[in-house]
Amino acid sequence: MRQTTRTRLMALAIATSGALAAPAQAPAAAQNEQFFPSLVYRTGAYAPNGVPYANGYADYLKLVNARDGGINGVKATFEECETGYATDRGVECYERLKGKGPTGATVVQPLSTGITFALTEKAPIDKIPLITSGYGRSESAEGRVFPWNFILGGTYWTAADILVQHIAKKEGGFDKLKGKKIALVYHDSPYGKEPIPLLVERSKMHGYELMQIPVTHPGVEQKAAWLQIRQQRPDYVFLWGWGVMNSTSIKEAVATGYPREKMYGVWWAGAEPDVTPAGDGAKGYNALNFQAGAGRGKVHADVLKLLHDKGQGTGPRDEVGKVLYNRGMIHAMFAVEGVRRAQERYGKKPMTGEQVRWGLENLNIDANRIKALGFEGYMVPLSTSCADHMGTPNQARVQTWDGKNWTYTSDWYTADMAVIKPMVTAAANKYAAEKKITPRDCSKDL
Amino acid sequence: MLYRENGQFKATYRADQQIFPIRQDRIVVAAFLVVAFVAVPLLASDYLLQALVTPFLILSLAAIGLNLLVGYCGQISLGSGAFMAVGAYAAYNFALRIPELNLIVVFILGGLTAMLVGILFGVPSLRIKGLYLAVATLAAQFFSDWTFARIKWLTNYAASGSVSVSTPKMFGFTFQTPAERYLLVLTIVALFALMAKNLVRGHLGRAWMAIRDMDVAAEVIGIRPMYAKLTAFALSSFFIGVAGAMWGFIHLGSWEPLAFDVNRSLNLLFMIIIGGLGSILGSFFGAAFIVLMPILLNQVPAMLGVPISTAAASHLEFMIFGALIVFFLIVEPHGLARLWAIGKEKLRLWPFPH
Repeated sequence: MRQTTRTRLMALAIATSGALAAPAQAPAAAQNEQFFPSLVYRTGAYAPNGVPYANGYADYLKLVNARDGGINGVKATFEECETGYATDRGVECYERLKGKGPTGATVVQPLSTGITFALTEKAPIDKIPLITSGYGRSESAEGRVFPWNFILGGTYWTAADILVQHIAKKEGGFDKLKGKKIALVYHDSPYGKEPIPLLVERSKMHGYELMQIPVTHPGVEQKAAWLQIRQQRPDYVFLWGWGVMNSTSIKEAVATGYPREKMYGVWWAGAEPDVTPAGDGAKGYNALNFQAGAGRGKVHADVLKLLHDKGQGTGPRDEVGKVLYNRGMIHAMFAVEGVRRAQERYGKKPMTGEQVRWGLENLNIDANRIKALGFEGYMVPLSTSCADHMGTPNQARVQTWDGKNWTYTSDWYTADMAVIKPMVTAAANKYAAEKKITPRDCSKDL
Repeated sequence: MLYRENGQFKATYRADQQIFPIRQDRIVVAAFLVVAFVAVPLLASDYLLQALVTPFLILSLAAIGLNLLVGYCGQISLGSGAFMAVGAYAAYNFALRIPELNLIVVFILGGLTAMLVGILFGVPSLRIKGLYLAVATLAAQFFSDWTFARIKWLTNYAASGSVSVSTPKMFGFTFQTPAERYLLVLTIVALFALMAKNLVRGHLGRAWMAIRDMDVAAEVIGIRPMYAKLTAFALSSFFIGVAGAMWGFIHLGSWEPLAFDVNRSLNLLFMIIIGGLGSILGSFFGAAFIVLMPILLNQVPAMLGVPISTAAASHLEFMIFGALIVFFLIVEPHGLARLWAIGKEKLRLWPFPH
């Protein structure tokens, strides 16, 4: 027995060393390929939201190859790595994938605020841009201090700002917010805490009272939080959750008898997996939506025709057109458009991270481009600059769950940059001082 | 044949009491150190160094720290994640508020702060034992989760509650590349491992082991339980605190309380149980098993060219990893270090077992 155990152990050790040596091998010689690492979570508490996003991301990259023959002839390749939404595994995945492909990783999109924080420290060293569309560090909109972060389309601060604008409009003006009580039920992590500074700032301006109710990861235990809401009866509840936390909150709201009409989720708390587990109870629940709502447009028809009809789709067919699927597609599209923009300047070949960064910094996705891409009706135009890594305009609207579908129940709002801009500058300067970074001079930059 | 100490006579106490009394062991350890310090940084890829070896080494240090307490002194602790957090956040605050401090000093100060907290949470061990103590140390975990999430001063009023540190620097040298960081971590871990090895061979370690094996008997022969238990808590927390500071400063660069949650504590406990309680080498084995095995398992299907979905690979990882834990605990309940010792015993007889 002992003897066989040792033999087995030895075999295991040999297998281990062999397998560990494998990633060390250099990638195959330069090819006409652009490599997109894909940090996903298809398992764990956040999988209901992670899976459709990952499928959308993968499908769009496949579509670029199938429909356009790649990005100006450069084939898009990708590889997934499971992070489970855990920061240390996310860092491992980033390290695993960053060197693959002829030019290394093009852009990284971790879909996790925690991983974003960790990678923000690593991306500048490796010269890989980080797209964190609608999540991550709010102050990374300041491109002078965060040259490698692209928080395209919106930050948590713009989201919170738009939510306050929306309820002010419902109440009949900002002055009516005085004395109102708003509860923020948030995921107790950097993700959930991000909106607090803005909500505090706005509460000073308008005189509403902000209740901060943290919910511990992963968020399946919220009895205490909702007991507080039952006692305090806030006028509105903002929900800053992710994964299983969202549906649990809605179920708890049903149990507590808190009206779902008064609940507003951030854009990460406004997808089908968040509401369907609560059944009919979710009816009337509202959530923000920025780029990508639910539904199918021209690009989805292409996906169905070119991928799913040929059995090459990534997920189930009926997932195409869901909120997070669409968001995955749009995020992949941002990355691809960044490469395309860079190619206009550097030639139609695989781009390095540095070149893609220039492309992302000079994005201009206007209405014509959106139409050509097939995303008409799913996103608003977006343009970026050296200093502005969020892009303008930053807009979002409110959608309401009617029991079967998300329907838009407001017009587009634009976040008030007069409030946000000074906060972004202050936070970015503080970060620069802490890390001893000298902000770039955008007038000198290319 | 190769591994036999026949003919190695010890003429002095000094020779008899050295860490590795057998010459072959010394040669292997020296060769191993040469490989670790020279060959690995030269040959290993950045991915190996940064994503696998460095975290493995840092968690090995934490596992050694925990092993001092659990394996040598017999006090079960579920608060190691908390002590790592205290080390990391204390180091962050020292570095932030006194920027002139040397990085090593920052790590030591982080460790010392963790030591104070460790002593504090070690006080209940004077009255309660075994599983009850484990539950009491769990309080440290919840306390740290709460402290670092709620006391804003400790995170320098960061909006998100996440702190970040700049690239590690020492004597004007910046530890930028994975190899440089690896060497820094390796040096610290090697020194601490040596320290731990000597600690457990000395009077303190013997006192701990006496307490572990039978506290009443230990007291009868003149060992003060309070002194022994609290020194175990103090030194264990010091090691864990330094590991926490390195985890934050060198491995993550930016972290939140979630990086040191109760899962981290459980992970460390599993490391020493699988690696071997009461063994410094076992701490390394256990850390390697818990840190490297899941990542390896996750990559095996892709390496073999098996077309398998990411989710399935991840599920397979969990299943095989769980099965391996059960397998190793059945084969050798005393951990991988014991397997290693048995292997060495067999090697003495090889190739002529009688």
